[in-house]
Amino acid sequence: MGRIATRNKFSAERYGSLIALAILLVVSATLSSHFLQPENLFNILRQVSYTGIIALGMTFVIIAGGIDLSVGSMAGFAGALAILAMNALGEAGRPEWVGVLGAVAVALAVGTLSGALNGLMITKGRIAPFIVTLGTMAIFRSLCLFMGNAGEFNSTNNLYSEIGSATFLMIPVPVWIMMAIAVFFSVILLRTRYGRYVRAVGSNQRVVLYAAINVDRIVFLTYLVNGLVVGVTAVLISMRFNGVGSSTLGVNYELDAIAAVIIGGTAMAGGSGTIWGTVVGAVILGVINNMLNMAGVSPYLQGTVKGLVIIGAVLIQRRKA
Amino acid sequence: MPEAIIRAEKIRKDFSTVTVLNDISIELHAGEVLGLIGENGAGKSTLMKIFSGIYQPTAGSLFIDGQPVTFRYPSDAKAAGVSIVPQEFNLCPDLSVMENVFLGEEIRTRGGFLDQAAMRARTRELLAELSASVDPDARITELSAAQKQLVEICKALAHKARVLILDEPTTVLTRIEIDSLFRVLRELRARGLALIYISHKLWEIEEICDRVVVLRDGERVHSAPIADLSPAEMARRMVGRELSDIFPRLVEPAADAPVLFEVEGLSSPGAFENISFAVRAGETLGLAGLVGAGRTEVAEAIMGLRRASGRIAIQGRELRGHKPKDAVAAGIGYLSEDRQGSGVMVPFSIEENVTLVSLPGYTRGPLGLVDRRREVARAQQLKQLFAIKSASTAQCLNELSGGNQQKVSLAKCFDPEPRVLIVDEPTRGVDVGAKQDIYRLINELTAKGIVIILISSELEEIIGMCRRVLVMREGRAAGFVTGEAVNEQEIMYLATGIREGA
Repeated sequence: MGRIATRNKFSAERYGSLIALAILLVVSATLSSHFLQPENLFNILRQVSYTGIIALGMTFVIIAGGIDLSVGSMAGFAGALAILAMNALGEAGRPEWVGVLGAVAVALAVGTLSGALNGLMITKGRIAPFIVTLGTMAIFRSLCLFMGNAGEFNSTNNLYSEIGSATFLMIPVPVWIMMAIAVFFSVILLRTRYGRYVRAVGSNQRVVLYAAINVDRIVFLTYLVNGLVVGVTAVLISMRFNGVGSSTLGVNYELDAIAAVIIGGTAMAGGSGTIWGTVVGAVILGVINNMLNMAGVSPYLQGTVKGLVIIGAVLIQRRKA
Repeated sequence: MPEAIIRAEKIRKDFSTVTVLNDISIELHAGEVLGLIGENGAGKSTLMKIFSGIYQPTAGSLFIDGQPVTFRYPSDAKAAGVSIVPQEFNLCPDLSVMENVFLGEEIRTRGGFLDQAAMRARTRELLAELSASVDPDARITELSAAQKQLVEICKALAHKARVLILDEPTTVLTRIEIDSLFRVLRELRARGLALIYISHKLWEIEEICDRVVVLRDGERVHSAPIADLSPAEMARRMVGRELSDIFPRLVEPAADAPVLFEVEGLSSPGAFENISFAVRAGETLGLAGLVGAGRTEVAEAIMGLRRASGRIAIQGRELRGHKPKDAVAAGIGYLSEDRQGSGVMVPFSIEENVTLVSLPGYTRGPLGLVDRRREVARAQQLKQLFAIKSASTAQCLNELSGGNQQKVSLAKCFDPEPRVLIVDEPTRGVDVGAKQDIYRLINELTAKGIVIILISSELEEIIGMCRRVLVMREGRAAGFVTGEAVNEQEIMYLATGIREGA
């Protein structure tokens, strides 16, 4: 039906989130002179980066037709174990940098294994992703609360929190890490065989199965990778807070991550989406939060705005389809 | 002449700047079956969507019993007595026959509750009128394709349809089921219904229709009583050029061609039992049988998509492992019968579709980076080879016609360079021009020494393409027919069990 019509629809789909961000930036800059100060902008990016990193992994999961609700609890669980390991290394008299490395290794390993657990139950167990990750969401949080007796895991390592608040070329470390992962994932999604298969699985699993491709392996890897990036976030956020609140760390992260992916134009039903779209989606959420703060809106109402934005984004997606 | 039940006058339909229907005028009288034919993309479906209220025409008008009408929604058309039996059934699989028949038009008691008894009785009555042996309480999932179709017709009758549109009603039916469908249609015609019958199978048109309208590129190019139009003439009018024989010359493998592919004692519990055959290099073996005889299941078992026991060998070397990737690695390709369900990815480009199976061959480095330049070059090559009509290879499949999608699907199976290619209903829902292209391609492949196993429900296709046919019945090999014996009668004898094969 007419190449022109198709191309228009395509570009609206591609650049919709970017246009929304541009409008949001102009509005925010007009509303507050403080908004455009570099300090404020970097602060927004830092706040965005923690759930933004998870959203990058979530993009693969959702494009392949899945969902992962367990990421927030998983971050708390991985972070708690990381702090415990680091403090234990400290007590054993090891240098601080060994403790930091130990914490990073434990967080990444716990995240990866937890993701693999989700992936195994979904592919081998043939259980719906929504149910599996709803279950592990409860399990990870409960284990975290149990280990910490619902209290705090405080780091005894000074180097750990120093790294967490460090900047490089004025830009906070977590932002650098998010950008690096985004670039890497974008290449994977757009340019590699695996990326192609992920989109294909989300588009039509049967075609992929009939093309003699191991569908389970592709789906499994999306959850494993998502777990790995949750581990990265667990490290960065526990560095920031110099510890882990067993009842607070990671709460509602799944909401922010899924919202960023959806706002970024990834189809909720799977099959299409981009990494840079997710980055834009995460930044949109961050700017909205920042704007609400500066406008003096109650923080308790921010969830309402976020919820409306997610529902609105899906509504727009549906209109276009 | 009495007033037409439904009349369309100068119907025009534009999608953005493209005109897909141009000044179409059609009228239909009570007790008449109108055949509507044309290649894919000729505008048949669009016209029928206008008749049934799914699309609104850009210009032109519709009349029912001589009164002008506007169908804003499908419900308007239904209320005016126009019902469609779509190609893809529109039934809720988990609801019962009765619940489907009355969906949206439930009979209720005075208290507002569903009057199950009344609906059941009425459904039973309607089914009896169609002489259909279907239980009103059976769930749709338990029914065969033919039974589902009867339920669709029943649904239309329950809504007091006077005009019934049938869009490709026989694609999923066997010959015997088609015959009984035709009996039902003739009965409806005798009762004064007006029917519009859309099909690619011209012999069906000849058998059931009173009058034919031919569409080409959105224009009405011909209209004639069926007696004045032979199938060959219909085909010529549809494509607008002379068609030589639809099938290419039958080719036989070289007399000394070695056996390339062997299947021995292949069984899959519940699907088929003890299937054996051997095919020589460059030979096309037909696999015939009624729907449900187990042909597709045999193909799936060979491809490792279904659990099975038995021996499969290529060039005497037994196939190890029974995963799909083992079959592909051994050189077996499979064109699935369900194009959109398991053949191609509609939102993906031609390039991404044709390399789906063979993608490992286009990647490098530990990350598996896709070499886009090579991929595009190959896609362009295949586009030429398979005569795929598209603006470019970057075009997405949802912009291509069904026939071109099917060629993409075939190209996808061909790209890994299989030595054995199983094609399952390769021309289903494809127009005459694309059909010819596909037959030519199949013969080009056998000329290269590839083994083709052709599964088809269209007997003329099997007869036109194969010198040897394995006929299956109820999961067993009913027998082989070869050479001169490859004709409709012999195959049907075996397929229906009238005669047991050697």
